[in-house]
Amino acid sequence: MKDLDVARIQADFPILKRQVHGKRLVYLDSASSAQKPIQVLDAMDRSYRESYANVHRGVYTIAEEMTAAYEGARAKVAALLGAASPNEIVFTKNVTEAINLVANTWARVNVREGDAIVITEMEHHANVVPWQMLAAERGVELRWIPLTDDYLLDLTDLDRLLDGAKLLSVTAASNVLGTINDISHLSAAAHAAGALVLVDAAQAVPHLPVDVAAWDADFVGFTGHKMLGPSGIGGLWARPELLEAMPPFLGGGEMIRDVTKDGFTTNDVPWKFEAGTMPIVEAIGLGAAVDYLTGLGLDAVREHEKTLTTYMVDQLTNRFGAGLTIYGPRDVEQRGGAVSFLFDNIHAHDVSQVVDESGVCVRAGHHCAKPLMRVLGVPATTRASLYVYNDEADVDALVEALATAERFFAI
Amino acid sequence: MAGLEDLYREIILDHYRAPRNRGELPVPPAHRVEGFNPLCGDEVILYLEVDDGVVTDVRTAGQGCSISQASTSMMSAAIKAKTVEEARGVIRAFTALMSIHESHLAESGLAESGLEGSGEGSVTDGSEGSSELEGARLGDLEALQGVVKFPVRIKCALLAWTTLQQGLDEAT
Repeated sequence: MKDLDVARIQADFPILKRQVHGKRLVYLDSASSAQKPIQVLDAMDRSYRESYANVHRGVYTIAEEMTAAYEGARAKVAALLGAASPNEIVFTKNVTEAINLVANTWARVNVREGDAIVITEMEHHANVVPWQMLAAERGVELRWIPLTDDYLLDLTDLDRLLDGAKLLSVTAASNVLGTINDISHLSAAAHAAGALVLVDAAQAVPHLPVDVAAWDADFVGFTGHKMLGPSGIGGLWARPELLEAMPPFLGGGEMIRDVTKDGFTTNDVPWKFEAGTMPIVEAIGLGAAVDYLTGLGLDAVREHEKTLTTYMVDQLTNRFGAGLTIYGPRDVEQRGGAVSFLFDNIHAHDVSQVVDESGVCVRAGHHCAKPLMRVLGVPATTRASLYVYNDEADVDALVEALATAERFFAI
Repeated sequence: MAGLEDLYREIILDHYRAPRNRGELPVPPAHRVEGFNPLCGDEVILYLEVDDGVVTDVRTAGQGCSISQASTSMMSAAIKAKTVEEARGVIRAFTALMSIHESHLAESGLAESGLEGSGEGSVTDGSEGSSELEGARLGDLEALQGVVKFPVRIKCALLAWTTLQQGLDEAT
């Protein structure tokens, strides 16, 4: 495995040449959305300039080129995730839509009143609200796996929580705590209890090697914009037999085989779930992002982030001591590069505002995880999150900017 | 370019560090009202004692950023012992102060849609005379004017005021 050449990677990202408030842009919000390399921008630009047409429709040359590029992107994603076939990948807008797809198709057929769905206290709203909607409509019980004091899942009562459950829906990596969950272990427990497993892999696919077969999951949602691709494209991997059996989600063009006045029959999987004109060029951009990440090697990406996360946590701890609390596991083997923290006496928004003056972009807020915020007992945190283009100089800039904030609000 | 000193004036930091009128009042006779910013989790709780058309006492609770909490503190000081009509006037003046930016941004096509309808009196003619008039009535609250240069923070400054509006509507 080769180390990442971060200087060379940085040169691929035009936005990193930008200045904000006269300072070098230090982008530490990739857990929210990642920046895009020139390779992705070029692939999309080329599509629009040279071959743009709708897919799966025209028989003319450029339409066939676009169809090949769109389906090629599906194959790239399938290979990245360890899927057996490209047809196991359904393109969606993002993970939110992927989970809503499962909640509105598989769950409507398979989850009935009195059944349970198990989620965790560290879920993003995308993996909470669709199940709350189903629970309210169907009389389904929603159960929550709690957290340990070390910000890991507390699996003490896992068997009891899974008893009578139809689905375990869990994040592979927390967007707030950074915690990486042991999906293979959770899958084995869920399957033993007769429940299927949905994995929210929004924060995993961009940052570490993912293999849906090794996870032994049933559904996996991912999103393009966090993995160097454009916004508006993501997807759902699911076991082919599940996709075959699931009813369609959105009705319209492309998802049908035939339509008469009396009704319709559905297209083959995965197009059965891709109604209407899809974000074609975005899918092609995602394919280019997959190429870029594969070129770097996800093992190397993970090692880079482990090293840099250790550096960031150490710098924050050494510089600010007890005045700053980090919400997340200390062991870098159990965490990714999204690091949430709070100063004792400075609100997360004020911190974010002050560091922006130094060109440093960090997220402040509840990170779409309000149940988790309530568990942590805080209204909001500041979060700095790392990716392939970040280096120690970025962390140093963050620490200096935070020191300015600390001085500014000192009593 | 707007600097941090425009946003965090000393008097704002003073109200943040030493908020006025913190606490609770027995309900009833006081009226309790909660305001919440779902985007950032900031929370303002007001206890209003309204007697014969006068806000005889006010206490505040809740949590949030320096701007929301300082604005709450300054608001409590500004309306205490005022008549309900005077308090509504201050709400209108402050909301107008915060929306000056809105009209400027609208002209450059950058208006933040989330601010629409955030309170009554959100229309201002923006003329010098009007600004001076509002300024005279607002006193210390004028320090919050720097917030308008930081559009995402305007909601922080307005939270206490939309909550007060609701509280007065309910209590009277």
